[in-house]
Amino acid sequence: MTVFLIRRFSQSLAVLLVMSLLVFVGVYAIGDPVELLVSAEADQFERARVIADLGLDKPLWEQYGYFLLQSFKGDLGTSFVFNQPALLLILERMPATLEIAFAAVILSIVIGIPLGMIAGLRPHAWYSRTIMSVSILGFSLPTFWVGLMMIMVFAVILGWLPASGRGDTVDLFGVPVSFLTWDGLTHLLLPAVNLALFKVSLVIRLTRAGMRENMLMDYVKFAYAKGLSHARVIFVHVLKNILVPVVTVVGLELGNVIAFAVVTESIFAWPGMGKLLIDSIYRLDRPIVVAYLLITVVMFIVINFIVDVLYSVLDPRVRLESKS
Amino acid sequence: MNANTPTLEVRNLKTHFHTKAGVVKAVDDVSFTVGRGEVLGLVGESGSGKTVTGFSVMGLVDPPGRIVDGSILFNGSDLAKLPDSQWRHIRGSKIAMIFQDPMMTLNPVLRIDTQMVEAIRAHDKNVNREEAHRRCVESLGQVGIPSPEERLKAYPHQFSGGMRQRVAIAIALLNKPDLIIADEPTTALDVTIQAQILYEAQKLARETGTALIWITHDLTVVAGLADRICVMYAGRIVEEGKVEEVLDQPMHPYTRGLIGSVPSRNKRGTALYQIPGMTPSLIRLPKGCAFRDRCQRAQEECAAEAPAISYPAPGRAIRCIYPYVGDSR
Repeated sequence: MTVFLIRRFSQSLAVLLVMSLLVFVGVYAIGDPVELLVSAEADQFERARVIADLGLDKPLWEQYGYFLLQSFKGDLGTSFVFNQPALLLILERMPATLEIAFAAVILSIVIGIPLGMIAGLRPHAWYSRTIMSVSILGFSLPTFWVGLMMIMVFAVILGWLPASGRGDTVDLFGVPVSFLTWDGLTHLLLPAVNLALFKVSLVIRLTRAGMRENMLMDYVKFAYAKGLSHARVIFVHVLKNILVPVVTVVGLELGNVIAFAVVTESIFAWPGMGKLLIDSIYRLDRPIVVAYLLITVVMFIVINFIVDVLYSVLDPRVRLESKS
Repeated sequence: MNANTPTLEVRNLKTHFHTKAGVVKAVDDVSFTVGRGEVLGLVGESGSGKTVTGFSVMGLVDPPGRIVDGSILFNGSDLAKLPDSQWRHIRGSKIAMIFQDPMMTLNPVLRIDTQMVEAIRAHDKNVNREEAHRRCVESLGQVGIPSPEERLKAYPHQFSGGMRQRVAIAIALLNKPDLIIADEPTTALDVTIQAQILYEAQKLARETGTALIWITHDLTVVAGLADRICVMYAGRIVEEGKVEEVLDQPMHPYTRGLIGSVPSRNKRGTALYQIPGMTPSLIRLPKGCAFRDRCQRAQEECAAEAPAISYPAPGRAIRCIYPYVGDSR
């Protein structure tokens, strides 16, 4: 286990290093932020002062070296636009994103697994076919379009739910959250459902496939031969076997949702990290883009680690292999 | 029930699979009985319907298959007429089953004790934890698993194939069933383990009076184990009788072919006999005897209609118009 941890940690550091270099060079190649930051009327001197202030007069390798040095001290640079530490800006927006991300993932599990099990148990019944057809829609309809349609129907035509923003928030352990107030909850619902749509379809399909595969296994027949009830066979024997692939995919999807909820956040004007990222890319605000992607990488590493741990809880065979 | 009632009496059982391609008569008019402490060998090649016969008795035939006709009298009452909810209480408690591949029958993600205790508690909710645990340990000990206390905490992948099959047998024994159906339980095991398990099985039948149905394609296994054998071909029992009689004086050409193709010491150096042709598709079984295309003795009458059961001697039954009678091999 210790060896596993050390290896994981050093691999992660290498990934972070490569990632930061790529993003640094990439954003540098796209364009010059000075054009956007300095007003058109500024004179030569003012221009030079801004460039020197931002450290953009130095060669790229020196800028990168300075960034690395600072990042070991926990400073991922200062935003060109907001003139605030990039890390702080991102962390401020993070709770909002985490909230819809978790809401979406929980929805996808709570809806996806039961529906997938039903569809897998009775693959030829009309309701199973309906579930599968709808899940194809969930897969293939573009998120932004569904989001707009949801706003049209539920906010504009029916007027049941608000179309944008976060609503009232309360502090939970010092972090503002929406889901504990009624107003916040109504604001949360549409974006969370919008974000969950694709994941629900994914979980349905995975669960159904696992269900169909596992129901044919000898161990299921043997469990029935012991005289166990349907409920026991399905919810204990089969479900535990199905969960391994589902946990993997849901874990990776969670990372995906947190990092790239951009579309949904933009449509519903949800004040999360995704919106900050998009704005920063437009403004070539390199420190924020770099810091954002580094945080994303760290998050994926952490999630993958949690998934690995969950594996060993679910599947005893994994436990032994990591020991030897 | 009185003492003479056989443990299991299957009468004219028909289990058919209604597929799009047609009706597959996997089990077609099969009758046999097994008494207390008796070991019945059910022999046939792959696809002869022996496994489906076993599943039919368990009530575990998967759709599109179902029992279309016949009765399964277990201790005198007909299982085929029971609703599934009541059949469930007999499965695993009165009739247990052991499967072919021990690597696949245990659930890989559940501990052995979980899988054993649930088999007890499925039939008796009142058994407390200590009692259930004690019975599990006892049952594992009975099938020769060393230090059963510790092994209960293990997962299936920590056992070898032979040990897993022993665990499966221990689970089958947990509720002291009247009948155990063993579906090729030793096929996946190596020969020494096979011999041990056969010995245990025989001992069990003798000592506890448990009836055994041993499904296999291996004649040498039943030769040493069974009291009586039924030879199945294309969903029907073609020959039945005491094991010595059938093996010494096979009457049906198919049985004779099977016995001829078993390797033995005095056939060393000569090519093994093969039954010509292959098993017919069960969907479009030809009229008449299903074996006639592969049979050396087939005549025109064999194609006319399926041969009826005849009883050439007490305790013997065959389905053949031109059996080998009177001549020895």
